[in-house]
Amino acid sequence: MEKFYKAWKEFGKNFEEGGKWAKLSSFYDAFDTFLFTPNTTAKRIGAQIHDGRDSKRTMILVVLALVPAMLFGMFNVGYQHLLATGQLEMGMTSALWWKAFGFGLLAVLPYIIVSYAVGLGIEFVVAQIKHEEVAEGFLVTGFIIPLIVPINTPLWMVAIAVAFAVIFAKEVFGGTGYNIFNVALIARAFLFFAYPTHMTGDSVFVRTGSTWGWDAGMAAVDGFSGATPLGVLATSTDATVMPVDFWTAFNGLIPGSVGETCGWAILLGACLLLITGVASWKTMLAIFGTAALTAFLFNVSGSDTAAANFPWYMHLVTGGLMFGAVFMATDPVTSARTECGKWIYGALIGFMVIVIRVLNPGYPEGMMLAILLGNAFAPLIDWCVVRANINKRMKRA
Amino acid sequence: MALSKKTKEAFLGPLNVNNPVLVQILGICSALAVTVQLKPALVMGISVTIIVAMSNVVVSLIRKSIPSRIRIIIQLVVVAALVTIVSEVLKAFAYDVAMQLSVYLGLIITNCILMGRLEAFAMTNDPLDSLMDGLGNGLGYAWILVAVAFVREFFGSGKLLGYQIIPDSWYVANGGFYENCGMMLMPAMALILVGCIIWAHRAYNDKEAK
Repeated sequence: MEKFYKAWKEFGKNFEEGGKWAKLSSFYDAFDTFLFTPNTTAKRIGAQIHDGRDSKRTMILVVLALVPAMLFGMFNVGYQHLLATGQLEMGMTSALWWKAFGFGLLAVLPYIIVSYAVGLGIEFVVAQIKHEEVAEGFLVTGFIIPLIVPINTPLWMVAIAVAFAVIFAKEVFGGTGYNIFNVALIARAFLFFAYPTHMTGDSVFVRTGSTWGWDAGMAAVDGFSGATPLGVLATSTDATVMPVDFWTAFNGLIPGSVGETCGWAILLGACLLLITGVASWKTMLAIFGTAALTAFLFNVSGSDTAAANFPWYMHLVTGGLMFGAVFMATDPVTSARTECGKWIYGALIGFMVIVIRVLNPGYPEGMMLAILLGNAFAPLIDWCVVRANINKRMKRA
Repeated sequence: MALSKKTKEAFLGPLNVNNPVLVQILGICSALAVTVQLKPALVMGISVTIIVAMSNVVVSLIRKSIPSRIRIIIQLVVVAALVTIVSEVLKAFAYDVAMQLSVYLGLIITNCILMGRLEAFAMTNDPLDSLMDGLGNGLGYAWILVAVAFVREFFGSGKLLGYQIIPDSWYVANGGFYENCGMMLMPAMALILVGCIIWAHRAYNDKEAK
């Protein structure tokens, strides 16, 4: 390690002022800090609010927490493909298992590459223009974006959405740490409003065609639907329709965006985030609690639409609610910062997501819009909490 | 005829360094509303240019006899008369466009640029300068509208002035790969585009100033 460190620093001299590659110094710097800084820990003396945590380390933890959801998502992409093309009619074999994973890997990988290439490209260019270090924020954003888009979204649309989100949701606000809205969700919202036919409907969430020519010529079997559970709810005229049962939805072998379907993979990530203290359990709990309560109220309200009659516990495991609550609403930059504010912020999101799902038939899923709305109100919530606290202490004095 | 420096400035200023939309942030509402397609944006730009120029001249001619306590009412009467004339002409000769512009045509009367120019310029300057100022501000407003509408119609509908520019065979529905960007049709995108023009404009002019 010592040797590598020395060689790396020696290599770094090329990037100093007047060196061979001085113009590319921000590249070197990015990798340098990524690998080696900060190599300090919190001092043992005095009172510390938290550990000597660096945001790059925090970001890596979030990426690690996302890995189970992504691996499962890849498998599910392949699994849904096999299911749709009728290859699973003879039952699952280990060969088919690997085929499912390989197919999903090849299908998802281009999205990850495009997302990182476009986003980091813009980050590097902006950092070079502003003579700043490359900020680490895109590590997580670039990883989340492939997980929240349908698997059939054309790659060039993803590229445009990523560029739009990074420039207009992040760089114009001042870069990493200054954005008001979650960048990955802005990318998704852009896709949702710009190319609605590629973001909703029955044909976008399951790949029935080929991936890089693999399984070319396969077609969907008769009677194949491809609709997500929430998609079925939104279009159904039968008020008691039950597209999926709880454990199937929780296990995640259902159509949906790549990373959002599997409950236990997301909860695994949530455990890592909570143990390391990266994400706030208050935000998560508030979202789940309020969403369940709101959905329960709709259940008992006697409304006759399918979405209102969808049991409250089913709302929690379908769509993007879990993924959003664990990975996106807890984003430390865009969520409320005050401890009391996190409860209010989470409750607002949990309430809105169910209201959008149930009351607006045009939007089968409401998590994206609910979180963006929560982001917009987060500063106001913080301000009110701080004011209330000041007033309380003034009275005490 | 050699124009004086002030007259030239009255015309050229609003086109760039003192643009009503980019610098004074006036007339944004209609810039969002009528820029989905190029044609209504063009007509709107021309209409506003004519109305600002004419009302500037009229108010400038009678500026010395307007009692200052009721000047706003008199300015409004002048503008209202001109707006009515323009909208009647459009209804007679370009009915489709007039229908597309709908209320926004009548609402030119509330366009901030109009009252702003009358109050700030026509009330204190002679008719020739006022004419130039009106033309300059109208055209300064018009080119922003046209620029925004160009981008929105091209990327939002694949058309320009109603003619299909992007080949039909490119579209996904016809076996191609392309898809129009629906976001461009939303007013939010017009605001972002105006923001981008302001961004570029400031960046350029700051560099010039240095």
